[in-house]
Amino acid sequence: MSDNLQPRGTEESTLAQPLSTPIKRRSFFMYAGATAGASALVLAGCSDDNDDNSPALPKGNSTTANGSISLGSGDVGVLNFAYALEQLEADFYAKVAALPNGATLLSATEFDYFKQVAKHEAIHRDFFKAALDRDAAGQTLRGLTPIYPAATFTSRANILGTAKTFEDLGVSAYNGAGKLLKTPAYLVLAGQIVSVEARHAAYVRDLVENGSFAADDVVNSLGLDVARTPAEVLTAAQAFITEKLDGSSIGVN
Amino acid sequence: MNFFNIINQLSEVDPDVMGRLDTRRSVFSSLNTVSKRAALASAPAFLAAFFSKAYAGTTAGDPKEVFNYALTLEYLEEDFYKKMVASPFFATASAAAQGAIRQILKHEAAHVSLLKTVITTIGGTPIAPVTFKTATFATLTSFAKQLEVAQLLEDTGVRAYKGRAGDLLGIPDVNITGVGMVNPLQAALQIHSVEARHAAHIRYMRGQTPWISGDGDLDGQPHYKGAIPESTTTQSNVDITKLGTGYSAKDAQASFDEILTKAEVLDNSRAGGLVGA
Repeated sequence: MSDNLQPRGTEESTLAQPLSTPIKRRSFFMYAGATAGASALVLAGCSDDNDDNSPALPKGNSTTANGSISLGSGDVGVLNFAYALEQLEADFYAKVAALPNGATLLSATEFDYFKQVAKHEAIHRDFFKAALDRDAAGQTLRGLTPIYPAATFTSRANILGTAKTFEDLGVSAYNGAGKLLKTPAYLVLAGQIVSVEARHAAYVRDLVENGSFAADDVVNSLGLDVARTPAEVLTAAQAFITEKLDGSSIGVN
Repeated sequence: MNFFNIINQLSEVDPDVMGRLDTRRSVFSSLNTVSKRAALASAPAFLAAFFSKAYAGTTAGDPKEVFNYALTLEYLEEDFYKKMVASPFFATASAAAQGAIRQILKHEAAHVSLLKTVITTIGGTPIAPVTFKTATFATLTSFAKQLEVAQLLEDTGVRAYKGRAGDLLGIPDVNITGVGMVNPLQAALQIHSVEARHAAHIRYMRGQTPWISGDGDLDGQPHYKGAIPESTTTQSNVDITKLGTGYSAKDAQASFDEILTKAEVLDNSRAGGLVGA
C-alpha cells in the first residue's frame, strides 16, 4: 500500500500526516476519489489512536524559535505570504516613482505607467493589510524592510530587470498558492489580483524586449504560466527582505 | 483495520458525513452485510469509489463542466487567431505583431490540448470544437479591427477563468499521461495568468494601458460590464479608494480585475455571440 503514497510535490507533508494524526479537513478533500487517498484512509482506520498530537500551528506574525517571523498557517498564512510580496513590490515601485530622474531613465510614458503600477501595488498591499486586520486580527504580518542591490534604481535596465523579476515571481507565487486556500472568496480575490500582476509582468517584459510578454521562459509547452511553491518564492524574495520570513505552515491547518 | 474508525474520523472533519452516506443509499446498500463490509472495506479501490461517490458534487461546480466551459473559450480563441493568421490583413502587420499573434495562437492551441486531456482524465467528455463566426470575422476588415476583438476575447477569458476558480478548490490532483501529477485548480490559474499576459500585450499593441483603467476605447463594451463591472472600486467590502491616504477610482479599478459568470460570458453580447459556423 505504501506504493500508493508517492509524494506529490508540495502535498508530501499533508499526505503523510493522516498516518499519525487525525485527518484535517483540507487533506480529506484531497483524498476523496483518489486511490492513494483511500489507502491513507485505510491506514488511518487501522489506528486506534485518536489523540490529537499535532503541535500548535504558528500564528501569523509570531516569532519562531530561530528568530524568523512566521507568516502563520492556513488561509492566514497564504494572505500574509501575499501581503509580504505586495509590500516588497509596493516599496520597489514607490522608490521608482519617487526618482527625480524617472522620466529620463524611463520614457515619460513608461514613467507614468510605472507610477500607475506603483499605485496598484500599494493598493494590493493596503488591501491585504485591511483584510488581515479584519479577518485575522493580531496576525497581520508586520511592515517589512526591503533591501536592494546598490545599482537597482540607477539605470533603465536595472529598474526593468528588477520589475520583471518581481512581477514574474508574483504571478508564479499566486499561481502556486491558490490551491492552498480553503476560502473560495479569498481565492477569487487572489485571482483578481494575480491577473493584474500578470498584466504588469507582460508590460514590463515588453519593455525589456518587445514580444516577450509571454515568452517560452515563462509559458511552457502546455501553455501554462509558472507556478512556484511558497518555499520557492520565499527563497527568491528573501534576498530583498531584511527580516527573515518563515512560510513553512502556509496553507496548513 | 476498522472501517468505522474511518467514518468517525471523517465526521470530525466533516460533521455531515453521515448525512452524505445516508442520502447515498445506493452506495451504502452494498455494505448491507457484515461480511461484505469486511471484504470491501479492505479494498482501497473500493474505498476510492465509495468516497468519490459520497462526495460527488459537493463542490460548488462540477470540474468536468468547468473545464468544458474553459475549453469552449479556448476553442473560440484558437479558431479566432487561426482566422487572423490566415487573413489577408495579417501580412499588413509588422513582424513583431505577427510574432505576438503566432505566440498567442500557440498558447491557445496548447490550452485546448491540455484541457481536452484533463477532461478525459477526470472522466468527462470534451465538447466538440466551436468556431468563431465566419460572417462576423468577415466584418473585421483590418488587422486593427481584428485586434479589437482579440482584446475583448482575452479580457473576457481572464474574467471567465477567475469566475470559476472557486469551483475547482479542493479537487484532487490528477495524473495526466505524459505530464505527471497536475492540480486542476493550479492548471486553471496557470492558464488564467497566460490569458492576462495576452490581454496586456494586445492592449499594449493597441496603445491602451495593459491594465483595465476605465478610460480605454473599448471599456464601454459589455465585456467590461456585467453584475460586477470592471469599474468596481470596492473589494470584499473594502472601499479601495479610502485605503491608506486614499486612491483614485481609476487606480482602484485597475488594481483588481473582475469576474464574469458563465451566463454573462456566454451571453450573445459577449463570447456567446461570437460562436457559430
